[in-house]
Amino acid sequence: MNIISTQEKAKSSFWRHLFWPRLRRNRMAMAGACIVLSMAILALLAPFLVRDPGHIDVTLRLQAPSLRYPLGTDDLGRDVLARILYGGRISLLVGFVAVGIASTIGTVLGALAGYYGRWVDGVIMRFVDIMLCFPSFFLILAVVAFLEPSIWNIMAIIGLTGWMGVARLVRAEFLSLRERDFVLAARAAGARDRRIIFLHILPNAFSPLLVSATLGVAGAILTESALSFLGIGVQPPTPSWGNMLIVGKQTLGSAWWLSAFPGLAILLTVLGYNLLGEGIRDALDPRLRG
Amino acid sequence: MEPLLEVRNLTKTFACAPVLPGAKRPLLKAVDDVSFNLRRGETLGLVGESGCGKSTTGKALLRLLEPDSGTVLFRGEDILRRPARAMRPLRRDLQMIFQDPYASLNPRRRIGDSIAEPLVIHRLARGKKLRWEVLRLLQVVGLDAEHIDRYPHEFSGGQRQRIGIARALAVRPSLIVADEPVSALDLSIQAQIINLLQDIQQEFSLTYLFIAHDLSVVEHISDRVAVMYLGRIVELADATELYRAPRHPYTEALLNAVPVPDPERRRCRKLLQGELPSPLLPPPGCHFHPRCPYALDLCRQVAPALEDKGGGHLAACYNSAAVGRFRCSSDSNRDTRHLTLP
Repeated sequence: MNIISTQEKAKSSFWRHLFWPRLRRNRMAMAGACIVLSMAILALLAPFLVRDPGHIDVTLRLQAPSLRYPLGTDDLGRDVLARILYGGRISLLVGFVAVGIASTIGTVLGALAGYYGRWVDGVIMRFVDIMLCFPSFFLILAVVAFLEPSIWNIMAIIGLTGWMGVARLVRAEFLSLRERDFVLAARAAGARDRRIIFLHILPNAFSPLLVSATLGVAGAILTESALSFLGIGVQPPTPSWGNMLIVGKQTLGSAWWLSAFPGLAILLTVLGYNLLGEGIRDALDPRLRG
Repeated sequence: MEPLLEVRNLTKTFACAPVLPGAKRPLLKAVDDVSFNLRRGETLGLVGESGCGKSTTGKALLRLLEPDSGTVLFRGEDILRRPARAMRPLRRDLQMIFQDPYASLNPRRRIGDSIAEPLVIHRLARGKKLRWEVLRLLQVVGLDAEHIDRYPHEFSGGQRQRIGIARALAVRPSLIVADEPVSALDLSIQAQIINLLQDIQQEFSLTYLFIAHDLSVVEHISDRVAVMYLGRIVELADATELYRAPRHPYTEALLNAVPVPDPERRRCRKLLQGELPSPLLPPPGCHFHPRCPYALDLCRQVAPALEDKGGGHLAACYNSAAVGRFRCSSDSNRDTRHLTLP
């Protein structure tokens, strides 16, 4: 019977009918989305688009941008464009994995604190306060000094020091959502805590989480670049935007393209994620638009 | 007849935020020694002003809030003594309809999923059978089959309340606590929902605890009516009896406040004096005495118990013999009209 087939019709009506039209009207957000998407696509397709980023040809060192090398070559004659695209893979990977770690930890702890309240809340939130007392960048510096600097360690550390904001956010959402009538209705139906948390509260807390994750990617990319710039992030010869900058620093007067283009890549990507994140926030809750 | 549910001395106190940090937390007795019973198949109306504890009573007896003390006997068993986990099988029998149809449905779930939830939780149906069951419930409450995959924001308040009713019906409960199910709805929709509630009561032989703040709504649906004031039941009687001859001054005042849709009949109103006292600091003795036209000295000291005033008509009032529904004679009626017209 056709009643059964109507299942497909109204799939996720909130996102399609409320969220998406609002987001599309927001020009800045769409600009951000374009930047984010093209960066992601370029980074993914890098092996098909550009030369090997590790190919050294000393005869071609420090070439200015030309048709053959659109963004020039570096001090070892490597293609800057290729290195930026491959570096983008690293930066985006670090950004996403770090945010994934931070969001997971923050969501779990925030949900526990907000849902159970009382001493659970007290213990978790005091732990959050303690974590927030450390200037996180110096915490990262200290930890990295003890660990071998690899991109996996970088991801883990950025993630492990970035979850506190998420925890506070999720806790606040849980505090207000758990008092809502539909949660009481679920309890009246006999739902257990686990069902209430995952099926009823978490999906309703998803929107602010999405915003914070999008903005978090920008932050993580910046942190990764800064660490790599200081030489304790992604290690050469693996290209990353941060460690390309440090090479460019030495030749800033003679070969500006070595630092200008990686810097521009960081700027654009961070700008893109921030614009998109703010656009998503406005689209989810138009009342917040300031 | 053996009552389906018997509530004895139910008490629920909330600790409020202290006035100053470190000060003693003020206690709010939301439900104060409330006792009543529900007979199988009847509707008991529970009426009172906002904040008088009627919703708390409903939630406490379903253990959606943990009461402080008292007993709730359901089919002879005290359900307050059950460990919280052991309440789950009982939830099949005890269901609730909520006041605000906009807040009681999860905005991120399709209404079909919301209605199916109790069935899924109690493992009563799955797959295609579950879907057919939900479709049947939609039909029972007067919604279209195609609504099953829509989200709550696509419905009007009345339709949402129908969804809430379908969800409560899903597990075939024997008792439904309806917490102001029509208060948030338009007047025309209220009648539809009340009629629906009456129809399904017949069809599924349900017992209702029908909570409302509006006596006229309750009159239509209730077999018996209990009136609450500041956490206590002040009067409990058969509906017709209570409306014809209230025995508590508060009930009388409430009845006088019900508007009569007849422009020719202008009643001289005997309205309540004063404000509802703070439930944090209720007056001593009978909570109603500061606003009561019949108050005696005794009322200020000792709270009257809920007693049979004849024919099973319970009232908590020392002076109930003096209470009679105040009516204006036709002469005084005309006088007031002359006075109000220039």
